[in-house]
Amino acid sequence: MTLLLSVFEQGLIYAIMALGMYITYKILDFPDMTVDGSFPLGAALSAVLISNGVNPYLTLLLSFGAGLIAGAITGFIHVKLKVRDILASIIMMTALYSVNLRIAGRANLPIYNFDNIYSNSATNKIFTGALAPFENVIVIAIIVIIVKLVLDWYLKTKSGYLLKAVGDNETIVTSMGIDKGKVKILGLSIANGMVALSGSMFAQQQRFFDASMGVGTAVIGLASVIIGTALFGQISVFTFSISVILGSILYKGCVAAAIRLGLQSTDLKLVTAVLFLLILVISMRIEKHQGKKRIAS
Amino acid sequence: MIELKHIHKFYNAGSVNEMCLFEDFSLSIADGEFVSIVGSNGSGKTSLLNIICGSIDVDGGQILVGGEDITRKKDYLRHRNIGRVYQDPAKGTCANMTILENMALADNKGKPYNLGMSVRKNRIDYYKELLQPLNLGLEDKLHTKVGALSGGQRQAVALLMATMTPIEMLILDEHTAALDPKTAEIIMELTGRIVKEKHLTTMMVTHNLRYAVEYGDRLLMMHQGNAVMDKMGAEKQALTVEDIMGVFNEISVECGN
Repeated sequence: MTLLLSVFEQGLIYAIMALGMYITYKILDFPDMTVDGSFPLGAALSAVLISNGVNPYLTLLLSFGAGLIAGAITGFIHVKLKVRDILASIIMMTALYSVNLRIAGRANLPIYNFDNIYSNSATNKIFTGALAPFENVIVIAIIVIIVKLVLDWYLKTKSGYLLKAVGDNETIVTSMGIDKGKVKILGLSIANGMVALSGSMFAQQQRFFDASMGVGTAVIGLASVIIGTALFGQISVFTFSISVILGSILYKGCVAAAIRLGLQSTDLKLVTAVLFLLILVISMRIEKHQGKKRIAS
Repeated sequence: MIELKHIHKFYNAGSVNEMCLFEDFSLSIADGEFVSIVGSNGSGKTSLLNIICGSIDVDGGQILVGGEDITRKKDYLRHRNIGRVYQDPAKGTCANMTILENMALADNKGKPYNLGMSVRKNRIDYYKELLQPLNLGLEDKLHTKVGALSGGQRQAVALLMATMTPIEMLILDEHTAALDPKTAEIIMELTGRIVKEKHLTTMMVTHNLRYAVEYGDRLLMMHQGNAVMDKMGAEKQALTVEDIMGVFNEISVECGN
């Protein structure tokens, strides 16, 4: 039960990060490694702010803002300085590692004794008795739903259409009289804002910040996006956002199951990587298979 | 009025492969003029369009539109007054978006792309009205992804998208070249109608000499970065495909082809 609950909690938290990566990877077609730095950026910032008495909910917004800036810088390096996309993001990811340490002041910052978004005087009053164990997952689910709805709405706006267009066909954005570089920067910015928000939620759930907690974020995010769109994306009632959220939960479940089957928690990143490889290979097979079916029909 | 003054353009400048495309090339096009441009491969037709649109920079000279010097103006800013259709139908539309989404995107050109809803229900009838005269049945496929359409259908959508908002200039870069003859005919008729209705200053590069003769009120033949033939008015009207072929062959003989 606790294991299942923890899978749901983490799966949902990572879903927000995965939705951000959906923007960069699927919509913008931009391999963005910045997330390995912007996820812990949100975590570091929140841990420091919370230990200084700042309202935990406010740290969510501030983390989102910090992520926005980080993404914008990656975009700037790529668009204005003309550095290749993946290199621009690796440069930013590396820089952020030190920035995060500066923010936190040290490599590990616990916040066990402070209020957080899941557990504070208000939530403790609402979630009592039988609801108490579900405190975290309910708060997380509410935030995920809000983020999902806002993202779905945004992608239907004029600005959102430009974002979709720039990944689809850059030329058309220029034809519309719009600077395609600015649209890319905007997309990277929003994506990393979401990733940092997810990092903030993760730090508060784990009740600490650790400098290495961002390692593998991109892999987890991509795995969730690919597993989600490959498995659930084909079902028409599932929008992309629901598919990605389900993908994220499923992926966390797979990792937890693998650890449960006798691997040690230090093997976590190895499991993360190998599972991602499996998903990647299988999803390519599925696509190929569907292509064949389409030709046959 | 579009004016190109003393344009110089080199490719691979400074290397052994340096190639001079335009050397002191000048051209002026009046408002509302429909110019057909023909010429062999590498003669500078497409480069000419790219220079006007800002897709490539010039190494010397000036580009003026309505008296304003736009030589250093960014390409996306120039496109605010330009509608452009490419040879590749994929370039004028977004494959992963539906016809409706594509048209809504184009409908907003010239206005800010803000947080307002992109697809507005009250515009859908207008989009259908635009699509209907094509007789391609696209008005019933508004929710189909453009990537699932044929090249001709995509190009028709691209042409509508390029011209549905107020623009001053229409740039057509061999926009019928990738289509089958029948579809090319439909697209060409649509082009002629739109240009006439909207009084657009139009530059059309084509390899189809018949289109160059039938459409437009001025004809340019480009060769090695020069306009070797420039007919307008009654002279243009009297031109036949054979006349153009004649000049074409003369040039080719000179080149030893």
